Amino acid sequence: MVVANDPLALLLLKQDVEAFLYHEANLLDDRRYEEWLDLLSDDVRYWVPMRRNVKFGELEREFTREGQDINWFDEGKTTLTQRVRQILTGVHWAEEPLSRLSHLVTNVEITEATPSAADAGEVSLRCRFIIYRNRVATETDILVGRREDRLRRVDGQWRIAQRQVFLDQNVLLAKNLTFFF
Amino acid sequence: MAITFQPSSYSGLVDRDNGMVSREIFVNSDIYAEEQERIFTRAWLFVGHESQVSKPGDFFVSSMGEESVILCRDRQGEIHVFLNSCMHRGMKVCRYDEGNTPIFTCPYHGWSFATDGALVGVPFYKDAYHEELDKSQWGLIRVPRMVNYKGGIWATWDANAPDFLEYIGGFRTYLDILFDGWDGSEGGTEIIGGIEKWMVPSNWKFPAENFIGDRYHNISHRSVDLVGIGPSGQGRRDNSEREGAKSLDVSFPERGHGTVMFLRPEDAQPVPSYQNDPIVSEYFYQCEIARKERQGQLWRILAGPGTIFPNMSYLPRQPRSIAVWHPRGPDQTEVWRWFLVDASAPPEVKEFLRQYYIRYSGPAGLTEQDDMENWNYAHAASRGAMARRYDYNYQMGMGYAVTDFEDGGLKLDGTVLDTTKARAGEQNQRGFYSRWREFMAARDWDGLATWRNNGSAC
Repeated sequence: MVVANDPLALLLLKQDVEAFLYHEANLLDDRRYEEWLDLLSDDVRYWVPMRRNVKFGELEREFTREGQDINWFDEGKTTLTQRVRQILTGVHWAEEPLSRLSHLVTNVEITEATPSAADAGEVSLRCRFIIYRNRVATETDILVGRREDRLRRVDGQWRIAQRQVFLDQNVLLAKNLTFFF
Repeated sequence: MAITFQPSSYSGLVDRDNGMVSREIFVNSDIYAEEQERIFTRAWLFVGHESQVSKPGDFFVSSMGEESVILCRDRQGEIHVFLNSCMHRGMKVCRYDEGNTPIFTCPYHGWSFATDGALVGVPFYKDAYHEELDKSQWGLIRVPRMVNYKGGIWATWDANAPDFLEYIGGFRTYLDILFDGWDGSEGGTEIIGGIEKWMVPSNWKFPAENFIGDRYHNISHRSVDLVGIGPSGQGRRDNSEREGAKSLDVSFPERGHGTVMFLRPEDAQPVPSYQNDPIVSEYFYQCEIARKERQGQLWRILAGPGTIFPNMSYLPRQPRSIAVWHPRGPDQTEVWRWFLVDASAPPEVKEFLRQYYIRYSGPAGLTEQDDMENWNYAHAASRGAMARRYDYNYQMGMGYAVTDFEDGGLKLDGTVLDTTKARAGEQNQRGFYSRWREFMAARDWDGLATWRNNGSAC
């Protein structure tokens, strides 16, 4: 549906969705990775394309393609779970000692709610993020970009069914991506 | 106190006899500047893959050492490599990563260059230049030597460099394994779209020496081995084919290249691998049978990671990919990663490999994340005035290599260190730095093509 049809329901929905996004960000920043995994639907799609410099008018080639090209991430829950398990081994040197992370989520905008904002079983949203990472002594990365999520209500709880992350970088300035967006 | 290095200093920095290398060669900015001059303007460098510029007008902006270059296919279908810098005032004539174009127009003053590099447009040519500018002399700077070897595009800035195949020498056996189809068909590979590019805060030689044959760094990958991301769901690779194989480190010290490999027994037969996926498993099994038929004894070689001097490394199979370590100052490396698949493989196989490549490699790869952490902090902890005084130790396996390796009728070129029992050795790294020292000291290619004096041309 067009979400603007019911402004009050939309406001409440947005409040609900934002609370979920902040909760999720807190889990990641508090290093509660297994609880974070529980927020993902079993069929979750997690995609972070690489980003090219292309000529004006050829913007359709700006991002590497999901399911076809090499991407930073292009996976489901199995691989995401492996990533969490790796951090929890305690010998994942790229995250040992653990990084200090802050996920700032902002500019949240609901783009679709089905079947309706008042009774949403599935929501598409767009937001911006800043991820600040600091690790060891002075190592610092700031990653900024756009996120497009699809949330699904499962047993009354929001679950992430799809996450697409569009990073504002060409050559990745961070030496690794050992964290989640 | 700043130390100035003369060509003669380099023998002291790389001590071949004692297997020691000074930390200065990784952290010293004077040496770094000298490397740009002596190594990156003279060596053959990997630029890209033919499949990235398959149509006329296709271009891919690459890098040779620190410098931006354009790999381009002209209207006649010929491939060129140019310096990405306008001849008038130096502006980059192309700031896109890739695409297709009839012409490169400089955004500063508007000089334009055709896809064969020729200067074709000069604003105010009549009025300001009085038609006296000889356009034929002001085309984009073209690399004097370029080769398309089995789809891989290589170039050098040195017109006197030996032919590429002479530069590669006996290492060709291993380079072929990278670029040929897995069934042994000539040059049967293509690139999957999307070139990974990222920064690693480390000198470029750290990854180059890691890929050339560091079998010693298993502890780096402990976590991924515990998790198990390999094609068969265990470890980080599928090792079923290595049953009964010898582990060999092969170095070509006179050229600087090296690789690790596993040599299957003489009576070995193809074994199924990647059994988690029946289509993929069957594909590789059939490829193995075809390759064995084609290559006979050479089929016994199960190639592992390698480095072609100076900064092109690769994994020939798991995950099949090329890495170029672009120098960006003594303390920074810009890594570019290309991923290869058999062009004729079924879609299921390509997709299986694509997913494996992504979870293994690069900044988001479960395996390689830990490598970069080590290169980062090994470099950082070697920069201090005190740290620099202490050489790195490369003595592992010194004196145990042979130059006449033979096993069941298969003779191998190069110096071979059998690491089956030892499990690791550092002769490949010693070969790399020995060659590095020659590049830094030799005046020209007459001095660098040392194998010519030894009577073995290739």
